[in-house]
Amino acid sequence: MERSVTLVAVFAALTAVLGLIPPVTLGFGVPVTAQSLGVMLCGTVLGARRGALAMLLFLLLVALGLPLLSGGRGGLGVFVAPSAGFLIGFPVAAFVTGWIVERWRAAPLGLVAGIASVVGGIAALYAFGIAGLMLALGRSLPEAALLALAFLPGDLAKAGLAGALTAGLARARPGSLLSRPDVHAA
Amino acid sequence: MISLTSPVRTRAHGWPAGPKLAGLCLATLLLFLADSLPVQAAALAATLGLYAACGGVFLREGLRRLRPLWPFLLIVGAFHLWSGRTEEGAVIVLRLVTAVGLANLVTMTTRLGDMIDVVRRLTAPLRRLGVSTRPLEIAIGLVIRMVPAMFARGRQLGEAWRARSPRRVTWRIVLPFALTALDDADRVAEALRARGGLTPAPEREV
Repeated sequence: MERSVTLVAVFAALTAVLGLIPPVTLGFGVPVTAQSLGVMLCGTVLGARRGALAMLLFLLLVALGLPLLSGGRGGLGVFVAPSAGFLIGFPVAAFVTGWIVERWRAAPLGLVAGIASVVGGIAALYAFGIAGLMLALGRSLPEAALLALAFLPGDLAKAGLAGALTAGLARARPGSLLSRPDVHAA
Repeated sequence: MISLTSPVRTRAHGWPAGPKLAGLCLATLLLFLADSLPVQAAALAATLGLYAACGGVFLREGLRRLRPLWPFLLIVGAFHLWSGRTEEGAVIVLRLVTAVGLANLVTMTTRLGDMIDVVRRLTAPLRRLGVSTRPLEIAIGLVIRMVPAMFARGRQLGEAWRARSPRRVTWRIVLPFALTALDDADRVAEALRARGGLTPAPEREV
């Protein structure tokens, strides 16, 4: 119980610290931050339920007024901004990512974690983010999707990273991989 | 960790957080229901008036925090000018700025401790049902304490890298960083258990 709580808290904090890393700007002026890497790792390492809880805790602290989002943003305003859909999608993204890693045991962990990050951390997250853009900006689906598309190259790279990191973490600390609790017994 | 509460003390800092949050919910709901341009313009003017009433420093800081909205405003503005639906575009832009401005206003005038008290009060019904909310309260405190500690550790790792390698720090540093985070979680869990642990409730959603 204590370890579950501290791991959830640590991954909420990890997501915040990854957001503090200065963004890399891609060729066409889109800032890429490491924050969504944190969302993916919450799912691949903590699993569906605890990963989603870590993200809910993270969002709660953002709402309480802590500057935990990339670029030092936070407070209640970010939940009514056009990008709020992506925030609301964080727990869902972590849940979907974790759910896939928990259930798909037939392939190597790094590959599974990478693909799970694409499905959860990109497909599921973008679904929420694009819906938010459509609502806030009054845009149609293709227009909103086009806006989100700018972040796709960066996020694909991060999904690959999340896969490699998860495999590395599983080798170094098999007992901490709550998404695969039996991995160290095998 | 420094929260986004404004260091400029205003009268609103002393108001209870609950009614401020309830008022914000109501105001935001009304903003999204109102589709008329004059109403939205008046709402924005009133919001800016609230900021201005707190002084110049407060107003400037408030405007600075609205800056991340610019790209979205440009997209909406450009699209609606191009399609000729200017009024609709103006309503969307005004509403967006007012909604975010009002929410930021509550964040800027409410201390972190007051916000955490609201969470405690909102979760009171759970405690009456016998669900322990202690894990949630401990987790909130842990994150607040851990973000600056982990940030400092990340910086140390970066310095260690630069001291040993002529090459730039790359993503590879995330692995040792995440490892130290996992170890932190284990050590803090041990420390919690050594101090009696969380209330011996069965494992539930925190």
